[in-house]
Amino acid sequence: MNYKLIASISKSLLMARWKQTVVAAVGVTFSITMFIALLGFMAGLNDLLDGIMLNRTPHVRLYNEIAASKIQPINIINRNKKGHDFIRSIKPKNKNLDLRNSESIIAALRKDNRVLGVAPKILTQVFYNVGDVDLLGIIDGIEVAEESKLFLFKDYVKGGNYLDIQNIANSIILGRGVADKLLADIGDNVQVTTSRGTQVSLKVVAYYESGINELDAVQSYASVATVQKLLGESNTYITDIQVKLKNMAWAPQVSKEFATLFDVAAIDIQTANAQFETGSFVRSLISYAVGITLLIVAGFGIYNILNMMIYDKIDSIAILKAIGFSGSDVNAIFITVALSIGVFGGTLGLVLGFATSYLIDQIPFLTASLPLVKTYPVSYNPIFYMIAALFSIITTYFAGFFPSRKASRIDPVIIIRGK
Amino acid sequence: MKMDEKILEVINISKYFSDPVKMQVLKEINFSMKKGELVSIIGRSGCGKSTLLYILSTMDTDFEGELLIDNVNMKDKKESDLASIRNEKIGFVFQFHYLLNEFSVLRNVMLPGLKLGKYPEKEVEQRAMEKLKILGIESEAQKKTNQLSGGQKQRVAIARALINDPLIIMADEPTGNLDKKNGEIVYEVFKELAEKFNQSLLIVTHDNDFAAKTHRIIEMEDGKIIKM
Repeated sequence: MNYKLIASISKSLLMARWKQTVVAAVGVTFSITMFIALLGFMAGLNDLLDGIMLNRTPHVRLYNEIAASKIQPINIINRNKKGHDFIRSIKPKNKNLDLRNSESIIAALRKDNRVLGVAPKILTQVFYNVGDVDLLGIIDGIEVAEESKLFLFKDYVKGGNYLDIQNIANSIILGRGVADKLLADIGDNVQVTTSRGTQVSLKVVAYYESGINELDAVQSYASVATVQKLLGESNTYITDIQVKLKNMAWAPQVSKEFATLFDVAAIDIQTANAQFETGSFVRSLISYAVGITLLIVAGFGIYNILNMMIYDKIDSIAILKAIGFSGSDVNAIFITVALSIGVFGGTLGLVLGFATSYLIDQIPFLTASLPLVKTYPVSYNPIFYMIAALFSIITTYFAGFFPSRKASRIDPVIIIRGK
Repeated sequence: MKMDEKILEVINISKYFSDPVKMQVLKEINFSMKKGELVSIIGRSGCGKSTLLYILSTMDTDFEGELLIDNVNMKDKKESDLASIRNEKIGFVFQFHYLLNEFSVLRNVMLPGLKLGKYPEKEVEQRAMEKLKILGIESEAQKKTNQLSGGQKQRVAIARALINDPLIIMADEPTGNLDKKNGEIVYEVFKELAEKFNQSLLIVTHDNDFAAKTHRIIEMEDGKIIKM
């Protein structure tokens, strides 16, 4: 088959009715543009919403769980007997929340090549004292540098330097909600009472703003050493080890492995935040559905225009056949026409889609709950562009397929005699 | 090829139309044509002469009997093979000029040559210009087809039929749509092609004056050849 000749005939057919061609191509351009813009925007929002939670959540968390012992005395006694034991009122035993051997666990984790980073943490409950009132709160003891690297801690710190809790003894980063209630400014001292009954004065060095109001009303941060001192514990006291993996998908597997290896409780991010994955999956599904619908509608537009064009060019098709073009040549000509519309319209659509995404990216989007976000979030994931490009070619091919087949089957005798 | 060799042979060709009722439009047609002959088929309208021509052209494959072009049987050939035979061996001229309006005059003439792919594009262009020159319309080469007069269009169609140096040119009422003067010119062109270039021509016409000037007349009536 002479592709050059077929291409030149297709080009002439397209140019002869260029207005129609432009309308068809604009249809494809529009749908590709909207597909890219819509998916980019939706994915941007998805990433943002997931990020609020997922960025701050360890992939695997190791801790001591207060739970009923798995092996009860009765199981030990009746080990080899058949039948069932019924025991009620089993209570958890009082267990120290301290992770034993935390230093060697951390050292082992850091050597594991699946692990991106490890951050120890102490969870403790306190009361913030304001005059006569005691407000319930939580102070997390953290390794601030590590916490920042792995969980973007510094992004949520306002009004001061996040490193100060490490550098200044007895200092605290106060939750914004807590600070408002305590009327505490930076540099002020606040009184807290620990669960052990000791009262300590801590210096406010910055505010913490997570974007989740409920959290900001109770949550504050201090260094690991400060919290150990608050609780009167030794400098090996750690209640949690947070692990970030190189790949989030490994978390369920790895968490099981760590639980048995270190003999601690372990929870993976997927189990802890199942609803986020479902939510973002459904949101992407909807945006893909809308985007693909747009492309299919454009496909019908091309189908119509090609059908009209073939009706219009029926004499030309008959004459091409009479002078020696076969059915497959005619078919190739109209498929080329359809694909050219798809390729030109699609390419322009990709460019305009990128431009639209870029424009959306410039629109201011200021919200109190998301201090870091200044404009609407947009994802420029190349996958979307690839899907759009592929789909524009596939739809136009199928839109051209049936009209082209019809054209290839035109019987020239009927057309020529019919005159 | 020897002068008296048969280039076209028709053996017992019959054809039926089944719509609306089955009826036989061609009844056991037999004839043959030699190289360099200028043959005309005449008859009243509806006698089956155009139907016969479309069978001979290989475009209509729904018939009984045998058709040999250049001693090759056309029966049971694939659609794409028939298309290449039309491209290479048969030149076509219709009652209505049937040029492609999307292309210039020159490009119209070149198309079958480009399809054949025997010569590079430059050479096809040169050959097309030669053919246009034979027909005296080389000055119109760059024009759009709709800028030409009816007679000029028909001459372009003849140039297109000639581009691949076909074995035979078939024409269906080539002067039917032209006035006397232009019809005269087209006839002169055909005659010149036959005599000067030894081109075989098979022309369907109902113009008896025109037919009288050809080498051989085949007269048809009711789907049969009555005089040859």
